[in-house]
Amino acid sequence: MKTSILKFIVKRILLGVMTLFIVSLLIFAVTQALPSDPAEAILGREATPEALAALRAEYGLDKPLVSQYTHWLGGVITGDLGTSYATMTPVSEYISPRVSASFFLLLIAALGSIPLSIVIGANAALRRDGKFDTSSSLISLILAAMPEFVVGTILTVIFSTTIWQVLPAVTYLEVGAPPWSDIKGLALPVLTLLIAVTPYVSRVMRAAMVEVLESDYVEMARLKGMNERTVLWRHAMPNAVGPAFQVIALNLAYLAGGVIIVERLYNFPGIGSALADAVRSRDLPVIQYLALIIAGVYVITNLLADIGTVLVTPRLRTRLS
Amino acid sequence: MACRECLQVLIGVEKVNSGLRIINLRLNVAATGNDIVDEVNLTIEKGRVLGLVGESGSGKTTVGLAVLSHARRGVEIAHGEIYCAGTEVLGLDADAKRRIRGELVSYVPQDPASSLNPALRIGVQLMEVLEVHDFGGSSEARKARIKEMMAEVLLPTDDQYLERYPHQLSGGQQQRVGLAMAFACRPSVIVLDEPTTGLDVSTQEHVLKTIRQLTRDHGVAALYITHDLAVVADLADDVAVMYAGRVVEQGEVAEIFGNPAHPYTRHLVAAAPDIAGKKQIVGLSGRAPSPGKRPTGCSFAPRCELAADECREAFPPNVRISDAHSAACIKIGKRGETATQTSPTIQSVSQGDVIIEVRNVSAGYSGTTVVHDVSLTLRKGECLALVGESGSGKTTVSRAIGGLHREWTGSILLNGVPLRSAARQRSVEDRLGIQYVFQNPYGSLNPRRTVGDSIARPLLIAGISKSASRSQVLDVLDKVNLPNSYANKFPDQLSGGERQRVAIARALVSNPQVLVCDEVTSALDVLVQAAIVDLLGNLRKDLGLSMLFVTHNLPLVRSIADHVAVMSEGRIVEVGPSESVIGDPQQQYTRNLITATPSIERSLL
Repeated sequence: MKTSILKFIVKRILLGVMTLFIVSLLIFAVTQALPSDPAEAILGREATPEALAALRAEYGLDKPLVSQYTHWLGGVITGDLGTSYATMTPVSEYISPRVSASFFLLLIAALGSIPLSIVIGANAALRRDGKFDTSSSLISLILAAMPEFVVGTILTVIFSTTIWQVLPAVTYLEVGAPPWSDIKGLALPVLTLLIAVTPYVSRVMRAAMVEVLESDYVEMARLKGMNERTVLWRHAMPNAVGPAFQVIALNLAYLAGGVIIVERLYNFPGIGSALADAVRSRDLPVIQYLALIIAGVYVITNLLADIGTVLVTPRLRTRLS
Repeated sequence: MACRECLQVLIGVEKVNSGLRIINLRLNVAATGNDIVDEVNLTIEKGRVLGLVGESGSGKTTVGLAVLSHARRGVEIAHGEIYCAGTEVLGLDADAKRRIRGELVSYVPQDPASSLNPALRIGVQLMEVLEVHDFGGSSEARKARIKEMMAEVLLPTDDQYLERYPHQLSGGQQQRVGLAMAFACRPSVIVLDEPTTGLDVSTQEHVLKTIRQLTRDHGVAALYITHDLAVVADLADDVAVMYAGRVVEQGEVAEIFGNPAHPYTRHLVAAAPDIAGKKQIVGLSGRAPSPGKRPTGCSFAPRCELAADECREAFPPNVRISDAHSAACIKIGKRGETATQTSPTIQSVSQGDVIIEVRNVSAGYSGTTVVHDVSLTLRKGECLALVGESGSGKTTVSRAIGGLHREWTGSILLNGVPLRSAARQRSVEDRLGIQYVFQNPYGSLNPRRTVGDSIARPLLIAGISKSASRSQVLDVLDKVNLPNSYANKFPDQLSGGERQRVAIARALVSNPQVLVCDEVTSALDVLVQAAIVDLLGNLRKDLGLSMLFVTHNLPLVRSIADHVAVMSEGRIVEVGPSESVIGDPQQQYTRNLITATPSIERSLL
């Protein structure tokens, strides 16, 4: 059975690589192949035709599209991501610290939101229509309805400007410094992301738990004399987390994109800020690479969710062997 | 409290201290306070099985769960006392309730597939019930007990088997695990809630045998909930009949089936098909009132041919008929005309033209052949029953005839002309000529269409305008005994039996030559089933319809079909006139099937 699960995982990884390949084509198509001239964007409208031609030659923009693409893809695979148009430094050098900072932010948000939403969802389902259920579902509906920048602004007003001045409104994080070096500065971005994800996941968790708690096997467990804790954790939870995994994955992947706004808001030096800057300056190599990374996060979280679902569902697991 | 006293007279109090005793039990709909069940009094001595019978919605399961001091969401226990081996269970606190469940009183659920936790190995699920009740004192003792129980329910005892997940077992094996779990802690009382519904007859026979063995050997008082009278006759010592939340009659098996006193019981017995005798089953129109809509007097009065004014004034008291028999009816002894609808006598084997001929059909799913070389003929006006256990291929054959299953080889001829495999390749006449009625009337009618629109659908396909189809819709509604007003109703406003009538009407509207009925009565209660069978028989007689009646219900075959084909593992094992196949089967497989089928008549001999 172990080898069959391994086979399944390898198959899914190959599928993920395929997806990323297709995504790379799309990214290239909408950035480099579109009829806009990066050279002009960099040098400005007053640039002489000679200067534009020289710049195009330097970045290989005068070559046929296919060879531009294969050159770019080859670079992505070998780790040579080219040079940022804007900063003139190698892209990998420019991006790496920002990617790790963002991943750290995402990781903290995920580690916080997943258990939190499972606990909220499970408790709401357990005391269905009770006080906790109605209040938590009302609050989560309100929070889910607010865009991140509104949530972020409100949090800033509460914690750093108007009401209490306990947390910094922006992150003072040096690029390249470990993200945990400014713990206080992390608090608000993490909190905003937490509020962005937890309502969705906890509502899905609640729905899954309600269904499981109404199931015959949970009734049977109670009729066998199992105590409520065993009923909840051994009989109900394993059957409810499977469906929840998929939603958690989608939300974490969404965070990878949603992080842009949050990072801008708190001036957090991550991929979001980098992407926003790069778009403004038409910094193609950076845009392409960041888009690919965000797509990669989608692929990986979904992959993990699928594997997780299979692992907690014996019916799917045994079908593999 | 008259019932309580009369019960104490019936059975000495001291005897029941080791069994189950329910006194004046009432459960309400929590939101409205309307009674779901009321005035339920039952006594089961240790070592005996009481069959609690009634139609769906009569409150059987509610009573059964109350014995474990459990009420489902939205239901509350209003009052009453339940003694399990002398312990009153309704008054216990939450912790004490938890302790008695599984130990003093245990439960075997209806659907083993959904009652075993899909995420846990069966060994874990067996072990936890022993652990939570601290059975045997040590883990070695518990392991030994599991092996002992697995052997008692005739399952393998090796560790590898216990490592399996529920979905890796067959339905019969799952139910055996359920039984092993229920008997594991040596309970005094056990509640079995339709544990064999959905199992094939041969599997059912084994499970019933195991239940009988275990209850006798261990001196358990068993409450066996079912809608299947034949199973009760076969298994139980006593019977209690429930109608609209009340026990209307109770007594020993021979008394209840040999001399039913309550008009409702008489209807139930009259509606039950029996494998042991050619019997005209008789249905009954109407349906049991649901909680909140029950009349002040006898709940059965609106459907009872004996009902008088006094029946409608107050709920009738329990009347003692003999030492072991009582009924809640003031008209006991007065016989009414039970046969409100009479079944048509089955015509002698018809010699009409061949309508459908199935020649050497093999069929399968994605490469796996499940039907091998099947040949059948269906003549004009004939009803051919296609019977077999689940997986025998009977439904695949019928779907191939109906054009719903495409993967088959061989030929199927309608009036001598070969049919294309898929319905959409067939001509409109061919499609209208063969109509299909599905098992589940809850799923086969579009909930967003009115009954009239659903029925008119085949006519629109045939190119008849909506206004022109109206009169035909009303005409077929009339044929299936539904009032015209039903054309404007939606399916959710109809009972199961009414929905199935609508489904039949939809099949009839295109004037088909052949009706394929795929387990059309298996989702219905016995009285409704009898009424549908009655209707189909009349339609056949009046319209000269040919019918392919697919069923797993062997007793029903005698009441509806003139020919029967028995299928097993994709092959036709035996075919012939129903009387001779069931009365004098020639093949071992058919013989086994018939012996395994429980029968009221046979049990009473």
